[in-house]
Amino acid sequence: MKRETCKVLVIGAGPGGYVCAIRAGQLGLDTIVIEEGRPGGTCLNVGCIPSKALIHAAEEFHVATGLSGENPFGITTSAPQIDLARTVAWKDGIVARLTGGVAGLMKKAKVRHLAGRARVVDGKTVDVDTPEGPVRVSAESIVIATGSRPTEVPALPFGGDILSSTDALDLTSVPERLAVVGGGYIGLEIGTAMAKLGARVTVVEAAGRILPQYDAELTRPVSKRLESLGVTVLTGTRAEKFADGGLHVTTGEGAEIVPADKVLVAVGRAPVTAGFDLEELGLTMTGPFLAVDAQCRTSMRGVFAIGDVTGDPMLAHRAMAQGAMVAEILAGTDLSWDKRAIPAVCFTDPEIVTVGKLPSEAEGCEVALFPFAGNGRALTLGRDDGFVRVVHDRETGLVQGIQAVGPGCSEMAGEFALALEMAATLTDIADTIHAHPTLGETVQEVAMKGLGRALHI
Amino acid sequence: MGISTIRIPDVGEGVAQVELSEWFVKPGDAVREDDILASVMTDKATVEIPSLYTGTIVSLGAELGEVVAVGSMLVTIEHAGEGATEAPAAETAEDTAEPAPAADATPAPAPKLSAAPSVAAAPAGDARAPRAAGEAPLASPAVRRRAREAGIDLRQVRGTGRAGRIIQADLDAVFARGPGDAPAPSGRSRRTGTEDIRVIGLRRKIADRMSLANARIPHITVIEEIDVTALEDLRAAMNAERGDRAKLTMLPFVTAALSRAVARHPEMNAHFDDDAGIVTRHAAVHIGIATMTDNGLIVPVLRHAEALGPHATATEIGRLAEAARNGSAKREELSGSTITITSLGPLGAIATTPIINHPEVAILGINKMAVRPQWDGQQFVPRKMMNISASFDHRVIDGWDAASFVALVKRLLENPALIFMESEA
Repeated sequence: MKRETCKVLVIGAGPGGYVCAIRAGQLGLDTIVIEEGRPGGTCLNVGCIPSKALIHAAEEFHVATGLSGENPFGITTSAPQIDLARTVAWKDGIVARLTGGVAGLMKKAKVRHLAGRARVVDGKTVDVDTPEGPVRVSAESIVIATGSRPTEVPALPFGGDILSSTDALDLTSVPERLAVVGGGYIGLEIGTAMAKLGARVTVVEAAGRILPQYDAELTRPVSKRLESLGVTVLTGTRAEKFADGGLHVTTGEGAEIVPADKVLVAVGRAPVTAGFDLEELGLTMTGPFLAVDAQCRTSMRGVFAIGDVTGDPMLAHRAMAQGAMVAEILAGTDLSWDKRAIPAVCFTDPEIVTVGKLPSEAEGCEVALFPFAGNGRALTLGRDDGFVRVVHDRETGLVQGIQAVGPGCSEMAGEFALALEMAATLTDIADTIHAHPTLGETVQEVAMKGLGRALHI
Repeated sequence: MGISTIRIPDVGEGVAQVELSEWFVKPGDAVREDDILASVMTDKATVEIPSLYTGTIVSLGAELGEVVAVGSMLVTIEHAGEGATEAPAAETAEDTAEPAPAADATPAPAPKLSAAPSVAAAPAGDARAPRAAGEAPLASPAVRRRAREAGIDLRQVRGTGRAGRIIQADLDAVFARGPGDAPAPSGRSRRTGTEDIRVIGLRRKIADRMSLANARIPHITVIEEIDVTALEDLRAAMNAERGDRAKLTMLPFVTAALSRAVARHPEMNAHFDDDAGIVTRHAAVHIGIATMTDNGLIVPVLRHAEALGPHATATEIGRLAEAARNGSAKREELSGSTITITSLGPLGAIATTPIINHPEVAILGINKMAVRPQWDGQQFVPRKMMNISASFDHRVIDGWDAASFVALVKRLLENPALIFMESEA
């Protein structure tokens, strides 16, 4: 068996793994990354990026459909058609460009890439079955970045007309009727896109409302939009099985059948901690996740873990930050996780951004809210739904959390996170000039409102 | 008519507490304005406190010998005119036009950091105290990284930004104060800063007395081991039959043995006035019992130990210790000892070098008891062993006398019956 040695061995080239590998390479550490698929992981290949591509295409189609009818812009055009196979090809082109870019960046950082599936031998040794034959890698440190995969529902195994999110992003035709099991952000994002592409969509959620981790105020604009898009939302409903052209569900009133050609199961994601002999290490777990400390160290010396395998929130940008931190630590920098905020975005329609504490999570805090209906730029974009909301300390005005729901507000996530990370107060935001006319003015306005000096409401 | 409170004024020099050394009034006394109510002792001087009103004393706020904080109640007084709970205390101490600033006066916003005495101990009245452990410090990522690289724990840094946020200037101030060399990268952060604690009040007095004793008295310390197995058996037997009486510790037996021993060695139960060159031997055995309190070391006095039985001694020692700890000990209970015992109980170590309670000439330190193997001539047997460490003023006590005295104490404690026999041991 061929043997390789390195200082840093990263298992998995998703957003956590590739960032860790690139940064380690930049810092001059001899680094190998093992990946059986294309680099970029779930995010680039079957997650964030392709879903956003599909959502954008669906929105374009939806706009075109709107323009083909009566519209306030005075535009006349014929009803659009969509060849979803070409849409998917376009999406695949974006994915290929990005994953190729990641591969290039890793090469530039002198990171060696071993294609194949890893098998952990011990805390310093990993075997890989590459197309060129098996390789045994001995490393000083191992970083586990194996990510997560869609959770399966036993009664609804993936395959055929039962789709995972990955499958849904590769459909070559729009299903006439789509049932979505799971009212979380993945189900709603894809469900909304499919509805905009013309599918009759029914969302089945076991909890009392969609996006149950957020409060009702924040999700209400999304619910209203789903309604206007003709999406049926069944809350408090359990999916039982898919048979005879329908999804069998149990509601509070009894059994029902939701007619469906395809069923998307998006009930969550589970960490990938098995299937590559990781069990051999006997690492300490926290539930299904690998337990790590503030430096992403597992219970075994020299073995680190980053990203979705380390728990919630399972977000690419968290994994990236962990990956970069671990690379720095391995290069000898004294760092530990001290982030005050990890922003989270739902690319629903309208989009939802949350950073920091929700009103229900904060003590001694007050909440200020400013609606997009009071923002000029929002009106020129033809939308006035949603708002920006800030949770702030009553005494000091320290910003504890910012949330927004509204079209295009995902781009505000950076400002929100910066505010929390800088420990900004309402005064800091209110006294920062925000450009006019932009949606971002609402952030300044909501801070001014929290200080009792809002102008435009 | 109204009732007002007269408080202990700020006597200046940063004094935070004073010892009440003398009362000139008692409840019911009629006083005129400017009559002296009491005198208090600081580490520097004795200050007399005058009355602010003409009236009648209603109650006193402190006991003699009590250490009380500046600003606490001295007396309540009934007088003509409106009652006032907050007397203008500061005016009595400093006859200035402006009232002296109270201790918690708020400083100007954003005080200059270099004036702060330390990182850890920010001055009172700061906008924001350093945050507690576990609480994330408020600072931007750049400040956090800079602090981490320099090994500074941001929880210990005072933030002057909005909402107490730590800004770069706050770190600059820390760097300006602390050692500037870059620490080696490690998982443990370096702590910086110092904390100045003023030695005042009781602590000041303890410090002065210890200096005096150690500077003036050439100590000789004799350490001896004592087999207290028999004494412990006796103590257990007496405790088994004590009924309602106080439980006996080792201490009543030691005071009894000491009383007995000084009868044979009167030179030990004495005061040496080294200025006058006179050794005064005392007939009475007043034993000082060194007692730890929250404020520091206090030595209440077991008076006439020679006349007390073990149970009466135990009761009295218990009462004195309690009075010393809760601050209610009277002056005469804290002075007049002729010889002193110091014991740290289970913390008593193997040997100590006790410092004599000046102007006494001897002090007996009791070390911890432990079961140790002893050779009885044929085999090792477990015995309850305890050391004593006794110091003597070598100017007036010769080594021979010191050793004979310790040997006598040993004989008494090892044969406890001798302590209680009427004839000479």
